[in-house]
Amino acid sequence: MASIVKEFTKGLWEEVPPFRFVLGLCSVLAVTTSMSSAIGLGGGVIFVTVMSNVLVSALRKVIPDKVRIAVFIVIIATAVIIVELTMQAYFYGLYEVLGIWIPLIVVNCLVLGRAEAFARKQSVILSLADGLGMGIGFTLSLAVVASIREIIGAGTWFGIQVMPAIYPGFTYLLKPPGAFVCLGIMLGLMNVVSARLDAKKKAAA
Amino acid sequence: MEDYFMLIISAIFVNNILLIKFLGNCPFIGVSSSMDSAKGMAAACIFVNVLASSMCWVFQKFVLEPLSIEYIQTLAFILIIAGLVQLVEIILQKVAPPLYRALGIYLPLITTNCMIFGVAVLNIRQDYTFMQAFVYSIATAVGFSMALILLAGIRERFIVGKIPKLMDGFPIGLITAGMMGLSFYGLVGIGK
Repeated sequence: MASIVKEFTKGLWEEVPPFRFVLGLCSVLAVTTSMSSAIGLGGGVIFVTVMSNVLVSALRKVIPDKVRIAVFIVIIATAVIIVELTMQAYFYGLYEVLGIWIPLIVVNCLVLGRAEAFARKQSVILSLADGLGMGIGFTLSLAVVASIREIIGAGTWFGIQVMPAIYPGFTYLLKPPGAFVCLGIMLGLMNVVSARLDAKKKAAA
Repeated sequence: MEDYFMLIISAIFVNNILLIKFLGNCPFIGVSSSMDSAKGMAAACIFVNVLASSMCWVFQKFVLEPLSIEYIQTLAFILIIAGLVQLVEIILQKVAPPLYRALGIYLPLITTNCMIFGVAVLNIRQDYTFMQAFVYSIATAVGFSMALILLAGIRERFIVGKIPKLMDGFPIGLITAGMMGLSFYGLVGIGK
């Protein structure tokens, strides 16, 4: 039980993607212009990481080692197609906004990375916890970046006005170059925070 | 002819695949810390991008659409790309060992480069003809290479610069990319 909790929570801070491993950056930069698209894509990614981790782990004794990457890719692509068709059917607005980024989950290195580094060696339950943790960690990161960009950039959050109406909006953050700078500064801040935490731990020990 | 010219200018400068469309950022940030690897990655990318998008286009128009199974597009394209990369690797190893030594280690990385997959899907979504798709894939790959090599050139200078330790590596790389993106962003509005 303790190990399940550990595998789940490591995705939330210790190894939170995409900040700790710089994996799957493209979608982080592209969909974080608004909260709703960030949460939409995050939901898709959670489903794909969980499904691919569970299937890879369940089939880990059957998959021949030499062709494992190809098999992983087929599993992941199947999960992505399920997400794509579901979104097209039930969340058409979101499907239109996310556009090409839904099929691109398939080349999000995070998903393949977890299948290769974790799920192919561990039991189904642990892989489920890992996939869920990583997916949720990824979604939270997206949400944080999107909150900053949407609130400061447009003065809204989930499309609702949060800044006073007089706020002109710092549109630079919503434009493509702003995404890079915003993420760069956040990575730097994250380094500062973890350096402080490590120093505290050392002082306590 | 004019259309193709606009397509090329737009894909290389105005809608630069890396800085404006955000496709292929993992190798962009990961590989750009040294000039040699940036050049190798750029060459490998141009090569595979053109081959892969042409093949995906042909597969979409002559297999998926006649059978009306477009919904497996994602699966089909990623398998084509993965297979193609593997094939190119084997062929290069046999036919052109010097080229293989130069590009070899970058080839497996390309399978998960979202630019290759992204361009293949964009070609279909934008209803390009084969010729347009072909030109578009060359132009996007050239735009990618240009941005990658420019960034690598800047990042090599960081060795002599004084960068705060906590900003070193990825954070400063991203911020530099943002500054570069700003200059490309100034071109928005040209063409379509």
